[in-house]
Amino acid sequence: MTETASAKPEKTPNISPSTQASVAAAQMDMPASKLMRFGSDNPLRLDEGTELAPWQIAYETYGELNEDKTNAILVCHALTGDQYVASENPVTGKPGWWSMMVGPGQPVDTDKYFVICANVLGGCLGTTGPACTNPETNEVYGLDLPVVTIGDMVRSQAKLVEALGIETLFAVVGGSMGGMQVLQWASAYPEKVFAAVPIAAGPRHSSQNIAFHEVGRQAVMADPDWCHGQYAKEGKRPMKGLSVARMAAHITYMSDESLHSKFGRNLQDRSAITFGFDADFQIESYLRHQGMTFVDRFDANSYLYVTRAMDYFDLAAAHGGKLANAFLHSTTRFCVMSFTTDWLFPTSESKDIVRALNAAGANVSFVEIESSRGHDAFLLDEPELFKTMRGFLTGAAKARGIPAPGNGD
Amino acid sequence: MTKHDLSNVRGDHRILCDFVASGSRVLDIGCGTGELLELLIDTRGVDGRGFDTSQKGVNEAVARGLSVVQGDADNDLAAYPDDAFDYAILSHTLQATMDPKQVLEQLLRIGKKVVVSFPNFGHWRNRMQLLFKGRMPVTDYLPYEWYDTPNIHFCTIRDFVALSEEVHAKVIKAEALDARGQRIGFNAPWWVWNLIGDQAVFLLERK
Repeated sequence: MTETASAKPEKTPNISPSTQASVAAAQMDMPASKLMRFGSDNPLRLDEGTELAPWQIAYETYGELNEDKTNAILVCHALTGDQYVASENPVTGKPGWWSMMVGPGQPVDTDKYFVICANVLGGCLGTTGPACTNPETNEVYGLDLPVVTIGDMVRSQAKLVEALGIETLFAVVGGSMGGMQVLQWASAYPEKVFAAVPIAAGPRHSSQNIAFHEVGRQAVMADPDWCHGQYAKEGKRPMKGLSVARMAAHITYMSDESLHSKFGRNLQDRSAITFGFDADFQIESYLRHQGMTFVDRFDANSYLYVTRAMDYFDLAAAHGGKLANAFLHSTTRFCVMSFTTDWLFPTSESKDIVRALNAAGANVSFVEIESSRGHDAFLLDEPELFKTMRGFLTGAAKARGIPAPGNGD
Repeated sequence: MTKHDLSNVRGDHRILCDFVASGSRVLDIGCGTGELLELLIDTRGVDGRGFDTSQKGVNEAVARGLSVVQGDADNDLAAYPDDAFDYAILSHTLQATMDPKQVLEQLLRIGKKVVVSFPNFGHWRNRMQLLFKGRMPVTDYLPYEWYDTPNIHFCTIRDFVALSEEVHAKVIKAEALDARGQRIGFNAPWWVWNLIGDQAVFLLERK
């Protein structure tokens, strides 16, 4: 299904099926989800200083928008997530990435709320990104796409929300990079965000986090098949590099404790070490598998763009060095959540947010959840996470005069 | 309709509710699972926020739809701006802080008015236990042994009056409560309340 926001619908770029690059581009250009196109008359202003036009945003929706349009919840996805928050991903065939959180009777209850989830700007599942066709050249953007930021992602979502006729979102929720977008939403559009739930996130990307991203990007760029970003044109894909990038990143999503309890020093399909460089250990085999499956669903240049967007995020710096200034006079109700073993976005980062919100006089709840599963806990079956979300949304719904989430029974 | 029948409510909570004006902005420091906060929201229609050291209590309060954060009074009050709240409430928490004086000063800064309730260490039963048994008092109100008590800074009613003076706070109202949590309904000099009051509730403001 395709919707058009501007009066003048943009034509789908004419793609020649002769090269592999254009086939790949076609997948990026025409997602299976809903799609909103914005024409040259509706450009997207970018933090870099330029404007993007035409551009498009791929999204999914669940549930029904009420008559007053007061029950919309925007879910922001993490680094390698997508718009299929509560429905099957057409590429992987896997169920929605947060279907424990979003769905009928779930805390983000699609029986009560109209839930929107859009692929991020710079992503690779239908929203304008480096794997999309550049309408000016009719070739894949590659590195010709301007570098985008979390601010740009949120600006693109705001345009989508506006095009859907929604003035105020009941809530904006998300984890990790999704949490950064939630903070950016609350800061840039306070009047449009009734409630905000940033989970396992931080007000900025730390030096350590930038370091890990840089390792990933260097792995991609060191792959000869990356071809200086022009791999689509060359009919290649930097699978080895992207796979290594994913392996390194995946470690940061888990905790020492979870790695130890899941794999320990267990050997993979063998009874003794082999004195070689095969995957002797289960953890090696697991990471290789994570890397290899990732390259089938994610574009390497997209990985560069989206990691860069996270690196550039620094909400305090954008507000004169004082984080509280990002939320001054905010009437948004916040619920900040962190996990005890998350070392990518540790609790201290969430506490920085909470302190700033308190200093700004904002309405804030903060919950640290005991979990052994590290950063990834926000995507997993963590009852306390769901309980907190349900409780917070219940209080917020009462304040907004709309139905609370179902009780989950 | 309110969920709360005030006659079943903890004595100091009932008096705290009386001290707080309807529709005001309230910060409850040491809110636990949010019992008092919920009472204030239900009976006084306040815009209530809470604050507690126990993450477990906080999680439960947030799951009940209350705006509560984890933090401790000694370190995290500094983040709040001046006059951020109409009332800053410290219910049975002062004696558990590291630096009660500094906490009280912070409260007077962020709250236009401050409500403090605390167990009175000067109650005659405590004095008797110390005098005759020579042991630190253990009573219904103070059920801990000296070595496992979270209450590291006990004070008497007269101590609290003196501290209020020292931090330049004016006592607007004060009530002493008996063992059943009932108001001691007669006016008496501090030294009398200090003997017979099991706990006290004070309403303060900056001088």
